[in-house]
Amino acid sequence: MSFRTPLSTARGLGSAKHGVGHWISERVAAVALVPLVLWAVYSCILLAGVDYYGAVAWIGNPVNATLIILTIAIGFFHMQGGVRVIIEDYIYGHLTKAAALMANVFICGLAGSLAIFSILKVALGGA
Amino acid sequence: MTIVPRGPADRPMSPHLTSGGMFALHWRWHVTMLTSILHRVTGGALYAAGLIVAAWAVALVSGPEAYGSFMSLLGSPLGKLVMFGMSVSVFYHLGNGVRHLIWDAGHGLDLKSANASAYAVFGFTIAATLAVWAIAFMAGVV
Repeated sequence: MSFRTPLSTARGLGSAKHGVGHWISERVAAVALVPLVLWAVYSCILLAGVDYYGAVAWIGNPVNATLIILTIAIGFFHMQGGVRVIIEDYIYGHLTKAAALMANVFICGLAGSLAIFSILKVALGGA
Repeated sequence: MTIVPRGPADRPMSPHLTSGGMFALHWRWHVTMLTSILHRVTGGALYAAGLIVAAWAVALVSGPEAYGSFMSLLGSPLGKLVMFGMSVSVFYHLGNGVRHLIWDAGHGLDLKSANASAYAVFGFTIAATLAVWAIAFMAGVV
C-alpha cells in the first residue's frame, strides 16, 4: 500500500521537458544578435550624420529595412528572456513575480511591434 | 597545517552581504563575480536601449518635426552621455555574451581561462567603445 498522494507523485515527475528547446532558442537568438548588433552600431553612426529624409531613404533600402526589423524582433525576444531570468531570480512573491513577468512580455511585445510597424510603414512609403 | 572545520561557523558560506557585519563578504571578491554582475547590469541598461530604438522608429514614422526633436534630444549633452553608456553596455554585453556562448559549448570553464577571458572582455569593451567614438568623431557626427 502506498501512502503517496497524487500531488506528490506528480511533483516527482520532474521538469516539463521543454527546457532544452527553450535553452537552445535563447542561444540561437544570442548568436544571431552578434552580427546584427555590430551592424546596428555601424548604422547608428551612419544615421547620426543624416536628417529625416536621409533616414527615410536609408529605411527604404530593403537590406537596411530587413536587418533592422530582424535586429528589433530578435533583440526584443532576447531582452524579454534576459529580464525574465532576472525577475525569476530576484522577485519572490508569487503574484508580484507573475505581474512582473507579464509586464516584461507586454512591454517587449508592444515596443517591438510598434517599432517594426513604424519601420514597415516608412519603408513601404506610408510616411 | 590544515584547518579542520569544527562547527557550522567554520564551514565555507555563500557570499552574502550582511551576516558577520555590514559588507563582510565570506568569499574573496573575484573578477568572475564582477563580470557576472556586469552582464546583468548592462543587460538591464540595454533594455532601455531597446526602448530608445523603438522610440526612434516611432519618431521617424511621425514625420520630420518629431524626428528632428528626437534626434536633437539624442544629440544633447545628456543624450550623448546616455549614448556613451549604451555603447559601453553594448560592447560589454556582446563580448561577455560571446564568452558565455563559448562556455555553453563546453570550453574555457576552468578558473584560469575564466579569469583570463574576463580581462579579455574588459579589454574588448574599452577598445571597441573608444574605436566607435573615434570613428564617430572623425565622421563628424558627434
